Amino acid sequence: MNRFKRIEELVFKWICGIASYSLIGILGFIIIIIFVKGFNALSLEMIIEAPKGGYYYGGEGGVLNAIIGSLYIALGSSLLAIIIGVPAALYINVHLVRYKKIQNIIRYLLDALWGIPSIVYGAFGFSLMLYLGMNASLLAGIITVALLTTPIVIRTFDDVLDTIPKGLQEASFALGSTRSETAFKIIFKQGFSGFITAALLAFGRGIGDAASVLFTAGYTDLIPKNLDEPAATLPLAIFFQLGSPNPLVRERAFAAAAILTIIIMIISILARILSNKYSKLNLNN
Amino acid sequence: MTLDIIKNIENSEILLTNCIFEEVEKNETILKIENLNVYAKKEHILKNINLEIPKNKITVLLGPSGCGKTTLLKSLNRLTDLYKELKVSGHIFIENDDILASKQNTSVLRQKMGLLSQRPYPLPYSIYKNVAYGIKLKGIKNKKLIEFNVEKKLREVGLWEEVKDRLHSSPESLSIGQQQRLCLARGLAVKPRIILADEPTSALDPVSSKIIENLFKELKKHYTIILVTHVLRQAQRLADHVVFMNYGEVIEQGSSKEIFSNPQTSQLKEYLIEGN
Ligand SMILES: Nc1ncnc2c1ncn2[C@@H]1O[C@H](COP(=O)(O)OP(=O)(O)O)[C@@H](O)[C@H]1O
Ligand SMILES: [Mg+2]
Repeated sequence: MNRFKRIEELVFKWICGIASYSLIGILGFIIIIIFVKGFNALSLEMIIEAPKGGYYYGGEGGVLNAIIGSLYIALGSSLLAIIIGVPAALYINVHLVRYKKIQNIIRYLLDALWGIPSIVYGAFGFSLMLYLGMNASLLAGIITVALLTTPIVIRTFDDVLDTIPKGLQEASFALGSTRSETAFKIIFKQGFSGFITAALLAFGRGIGDAASVLFTAGYTDLIPKNLDEPAATLPLAIFFQLGSPNPLVRERAFAAAAILTIIIMIISILARILSNKYSKLNLNN
Repeated sequence: MTLDIIKNIENSEILLTNCIFEEVEKNETILKIENLNVYAKKEHILKNINLEIPKNKITVLLGPSGCGKTTLLKSLNRLTDLYKELKVSGHIFIENDDILASKQNTSVLRQKMGLLSQRPYPLPYSIYKNVAYGIKLKGIKNKKLIEFNVEKKLREVGLWEEVKDRLHSSPESLSIGQQQRLCLARGLAVKPRIILADEPTSALDPVSSKIIENLFKELKKHYTIILVTHVLRQAQRLADHVVFMNYGEVIEQGSSKEIFSNPQTSQLKEYLIEGN
């Protein structure tokens, strides 16, 4: 019996080990491929210049237009998602504290929204855009990506708020705070680490998503100066260049992918550091 | 809001003048509970509670766990509002105003009580701001006045000397006992008339518990204290008035002496024997 248990333990340990190490391996492999394949095309020019004539046929220039466009869209959409998502998450946790059933329904719906593929958001954003008579533009891209990331902001923040003990809320109410005071002064502050995580997750998702901006943000070699101008994005820059028959252009696609990967890695590391810092402050609560 | 505060001040002044006359009668009642019932779905948690809480005394709520002590305290400051499943009926009079049917807003009603829970929940601010928060809620904006009051409240709970050099650090740096006293100071900052303490020492070490007990003896000069405790000895040390509850009912009540040396019901006798 004991021996059987030991074997079972060992087998299980191996399965888990193989699963997690192969995952890390695959991730490492992807990153290596991107960097190796893109290495020759990686240059300073690439990140400080917009495409010049004939760039997509191997001409001079870089993907600054896409870098800036992606940053604008990620920043704009995160801001929008935060403005909508933070009060929503606080509302779920403070104002709806009496209504467990409604809370659960909302959470379920948001999880469903989180799971919808981004191409659906892209299509929705596109119809909305046509309906409103807008053109493919930075603004349309920002709105569409915000639709995609708002559920992410709400649920991520909400998950942290949900762990705050009810005693803290009761203490706040007992002092005579109103609901809004409790929500914005106490619960928001206590869940600040969750807010940071939510914001950076939205940013990371916003900067990396291709399908939602495909029809809505458009594509241009220029750096957008206005919200109603079209904007290029890194995922689309990768997508277009990867389809080229020219090996030099395909190499540049990998270089652009490397740049995107680096940006996303910086964001994740930042997220880790910041949320650790703030959750330590509130430890034990 | 400000109007409420002004009204509140007026009320308390009227009450203050009343006090001077009524002080002659020795057992003045500050809180009167009539036919209080609390249901949770099918469960009848509090059954027809009738109680009079004497002013400037320590009333101890005694009873086995699950008998409804916490629910009773939460009804008093309407924290029961936070639970949809709880249905509260009856009357709770404080200063002739029925808490359960009052036209005043809930914030003002709640500020008549200070809550001390089983474990401290400091607000996510510095030590100083924890106390200042309550003062600001009372509408005080003057910085000097806030500063003055923070010190006063921290002194009231005997914490000033211990924290005066680290007012701006996080309450996390304090021991649990100190945090509990900080929460008490924060509660006193909204100028309550009654302190509701729900097993306030159950998470504390003996030394910290003793400090809280001594504080209560001091504080009852200015406040009325309703204390829930599991610790029989603590009840004996502190209680002026004792209310024994079981299964959501008040079984027996009386002065500390009556309850502990001459229990009437078999339920209380049993409880006292088991507890000792
Ligand atoms: N929100 C609630 N919903 C359902 N039942 C509750 C709720 N709050 C308390 N109860 C029930 O009421 C009874 C009394 O609880 P409580 O007041 O916490 O007792 P005590 O503080 O004396 O230990 C318990 O049986 C508990 O399960
Ligand atoms: Mg209890």
